[in-house]
Amino acid sequence: MSGLQRLAGGQPVIPNFGQAPSCDTHNGTFCWGWFSSHVHSLFLPALLQHIELTVIAVTIGFAISFVFAVFTYRTRMLDSPVTLLNGILYAIPAIALFQILVPLTGLGILTIEIALVAYTLLVLFRSMVTGLRSVPPDVLESAQGMGLTTRQIFVKIELPFAVPAIVAGLRVAVVTTISLATIAAFVTDKGLGMPIFDAMQRGNFKTEFIAAASLAVALALVMDGLLVVLQRVLAPWIAADTQQRDRTPFTTRLRRLAVSDAR
Amino acid sequence: MTIASAFLDSFPFMSQHIGLLLHQTVNHLELSGAAIGIACVIAMPLGLLLGHWHRGGFLVINLANVGRALPTLAVIALLLVVVGIGFTNIVIALVVLAIPPILTHTYVGIDRADRDAVEAARGMGMRELAILLRVELPLALPLVFAGLRTSAVFVISTAPLAALAGGEGLGVIIVNEPSYRLSGIIAATYWVAALAVLAELGAALLQRTLTPAPLRRQHTREQTRPDDASDVALAVMRGAAP
Amino acid sequence: MTNPHISHSAAEIVFDRATKRYPGRPQAAVSELSLTIPAGEICVLVGPSGGGKTTAMKMVNRLISISEGDITIDGTSVRSLDLTELRRGIGYVIQQVGLFPHMSVGANVATVPKLLGWKKSRIRDRVVELLELVGLTADDADRYPTQLSGGQRQRVGLARALAADPPLMLMDEPFGAIDPITRSRLQDEFLRLHREVGKTVIFVTHDIDEAIKMGSRIAILAEGGVLAQYDTPEQILAHPASDFVERFVGADRGLKRLALRRAGDVELAAVPAGSFAGPRCTTTTTLRDALSLMLTDGAREALVLDEFELPLGVLTLDCVSGLLRAEVAA
Ligand SMILES: Nc1ncnc2c1ncn2[C@@H]1O[C@H](COP(=O)(O)OP(=O)(O)OP(=O)(O)O)[C@@H](O)[C@H]1O
Ligand SMILES: [Mg+2]
Repeated sequence: MSGLQRLAGGQPVIPNFGQAPSCDTHNGTFCWGWFSSHVHSLFLPALLQHIELTVIAVTIGFAISFVFAVFTYRTRMLDSPVTLLNGILYAIPAIALFQILVPLTGLGILTIEIALVAYTLLVLFRSMVTGLRSVPPDVLESAQGMGLTTRQIFVKIELPFAVPAIVAGLRVAVVTTISLATIAAFVTDKGLGMPIFDAMQRGNFKTEFIAAASLAVALALVMDGLLVVLQRVLAPWIAADTQQRDRTPFTTRLRRLAVSDAR
Repeated sequence: MTIASAFLDSFPFMSQHIGLLLHQTVNHLELSGAAIGIACVIAMPLGLLLGHWHRGGFLVINLANVGRALPTLAVIALLLVVVGIGFTNIVIALVVLAIPPILTHTYVGIDRADRDAVEAARGMGMRELAILLRVELPLALPLVFAGLRTSAVFVISTAPLAALAGGEGLGVIIVNEPSYRLSGIIAATYWVAALAVLAELGAALLQRTLTPAPLRRQHTREQTRPDDASDVALAVMRGAAP
Repeated sequence: MTNPHISHSAAEIVFDRATKRYPGRPQAAVSELSLTIPAGEICVLVGPSGGGKTTAMKMVNRLISISEGDITIDGTSVRSLDLTELRRGIGYVIQQVGLFPHMSVGANVATVPKLLGWKKSRIRDRVVELLELVGLTADDADRYPTQLSGGQRQRVGLARALAADPPLMLMDEPFGAIDPITRSRLQDEFLRLHREVGKTVIFVTHDIDEAIKMGSRIAILAEGGVLAQYDTPEQILAHPASDFVERFVGADRGLKRLALRRAGDVELAAVPAGSFAGPRCTTTTTLRDALSLMLTDGAREALVLDEFELPLGVLTLDCVSGLLRAEVAA
C-alpha cells in the first residue's frame, strides 16, 4: 500500500497495542525493541532500495548529461533551453510531479526514476558545461599553439579542468536525489520515505520517524562524504588550504567593523 | 481518467475551487515568506561577515552542503517528533532548505567583490562597516539576489510537503488525490509553479531597482538559476586553493 | 574638517627604523628603514620585485601594521593617530586604481570629501575642479568607470586621491598598467600637477627610468627591504653606493644622467647662418632625447628652439659626448 493510499483511507495501526511493550503503545520517543525487530524486515530493505533508486538515477542522469555536455559545451546552443527548463522543473513540487507521472508510467520504479533522472540532468549538465568551459583562454591558446588536436585538448586539458566542477555537481545531484527519493514513497512503496509515510499513517509513530529519517539523513551525509573523498582523490589541488590563517579573535573583528583597523 | 482529461479538467477545477485555491495560496505565501525571511535573517549577516573577512569559506561550504544534503521530508519527520505537527515544524524544515543558497551566494559575492576597490576604500579611510555596506554589498548584489531567488523557488515548490505535517498551503490539495483527483493536483501544481515564477520575477525586479546602474546589465542573465549552488560551491572551493 | 595633527599643503615624513615582519616569515619584508622625506618632495621607492616597496608604503597609512620602529608625519607618529583620520588625510593611488565600479566618476572622486562631511555644493565644485586638474572634463563626472580607458581611469584615481587636498600622497605603481606613450604623458602631467599643488609624495615603482624622471629623491630597496641608497637621482647615477645599486641602475647610467639634463641647461653653439638641415628640439628636451634624435638622423648637430619656436642655439654631438664622458669619469 502506498503512502498516498494510506493517507487517504488507512486506519491507524500502531502495532498490537494490547500486547506490545508500553513504549510502543504510548508512542515513546524511541523504542529500541520495536526498532530492532524491524531492522531486517523494514529498514534495511528500505535503505537498500533507497540506495538503488539513487544510484540508478544518478548513473543514468550522469551518462545522458555527459553526452549532451560533450557535444554542446563549445556552443551556447543548449544554454537557454536548459536554463528555461531548469526554472520550470524546479518550480514544480516533486510530490506533484510523481503523482502526475503515475497515469503515464504506472506505480512502479519507472515513474520514480523518470522524475529523479530529470532533476539530476540539469544539475549535472550545467556543472559539466561550466567545468569544461572553465579552462582559461590563454591555457587553451597555448595548447593549440603546441599543436594539440581538439581531441587531445579535450582529454588532456578540458576534462581534468572540469573534474572539480563535475564532482561538485555530482554531490548536489546525489543529495538532491536522496531527498526527492524519500518523497517518491508517496506514490510507491520504495525507499526510506516508505517508513516515514507509514509512521504518519500509524498516528505519527515516533520510533519509526526517527529511525527512517536518521537513516535518510545519514545516507545523504555519507554519500556526500564519499564524494568529497572522491574529489580529494581526483582533484587534490582543490582541497589544499594553503591560505594563511588569520588568527584575529572574533571579538576584535567585530569591533573593527565599527572602527577600521590595520589588518 | 486519462492524463489528458486530467490536464483539461484542471481548468474547470480552478474556477470551481477558486475560493479554496486563493485561501491556500495565502497560506502558502505566508509559510514560504516566513521561511525565506527567517533564512535571510540567519544567513545574510553570516555570509556578509564571513565574506568581508574572507574567512570561513570552509565553514560556509560545509554548512551549506550539510543543509542541502538533509532530505526535507526526513527533517519534517524528525521535527514531528520534536516540535509536533503544524506551522513551526514546516517553517523550520523550509528554513533549513533556504539557508544554503543564500549563505553561499552572499559569502561568495562579498568575498569576490573587487579587491582593489575595497583596498582603495580602506586606504581612503572608510570604516569597515561602510566598506561592507557601501562598496562590497552593492558589488555583490547580483549574486546575493541569485541566492535569494534560488531559495525562494526551492521553498515555494517544497512547501506543499507542509500538508503532510498538518500545515496549510496548496499542498493540502496536492496530497489529497482522493478528494481533488488528478485534475485538482494539476491545478494546484500550476498555481505553485506560477507562485515560484512570480517570486522570481518579483525578486528580479527588486534586484533591478537596488542594483547600481553600471552593474545592471552584466549579471542579470547569468548566475540566476537554482542549481547555481553547484557553481558557487565550486567557486568557494576554488577560493580555498592557491 | 581638517586633521589637527597634519598641517595642510605638504608634510615631512620620517621613517625611523621602520620594520615589517609578516607572521610565519623568518626574513623581514622591510628592515629598519630610516629615511626623511622633506615636505613637498617626491620620494620614489624603487627596487626589485619583492623588495618591500609596497610594504614600506602601506605602513604609512597603516594598511599594513608596523612591527617595529615608527613613521612620523610632521613629527606625529602614525601609530598615535586615529586610523580613519590618518587615512582620510592621505591620498592613496594604486596600480589597479580600484575605482568603485558601481559609482559614477563624480561619486568616486567625492568619496573622501563625503566621508569628511563637506557640503554638497562644495563637493560638486571640488569634483569639477579636480577633473579639470587631471585633464578630464566636468561632463565626465556622470560616466562610469567601465566606460573609461585605462589612462582616464588612472586620472580619476588621481583626482579621487587629491580630493580632500591631502598633504601626503601614496602612489603604488600608479602608471604601471598603462601603455608607454600614455604613461609618459601621465608622468609629465603629474609632475606639472605636483609643481602646482606641492604635496609630499611617496611613489613606488620598479622602473628605474620612471624613478629618475619622477623622483626628487630615490630610495633603492634591496631584497628584504634593506635600504641600499637614498639620494637624489643625480647622486645615485653619479655615485652608486654599492654594486647592487650600480647593477640596478644599469650600465647605461651615463645615458640616464643625460636624461636629467635639458637642452636649455647646457652651453649651446651659435646658430649658423643659412638654412639648418638637422633635427630640432626645444629647451625642455632632455639631452638623452636630443642625442637619440641626432643619432637617428645621422646628424652631428641639433637646433634648439625656445618657447616661441625661435632658434636659440645649436647642440652638438661633441658637446653631448663630452658631457657623457665627464659623467662616466665621475
Ligand atoms: N600579506 C603578506 N603576507 C606575507 N608576506 C607578504 C605579504 N605581502 C607581502 N609579503 C612579502 O613581503 C615581501 C615584500 O613584498 P612587497 O609587496 O612589499 O614587495 P614589492 O617591492 O612591492 O614588490 P613588487 O614590485 O612585486 O610589487 C615579499 O617577499 C612578499 O612575498
Ligand atoms: Mg608592490
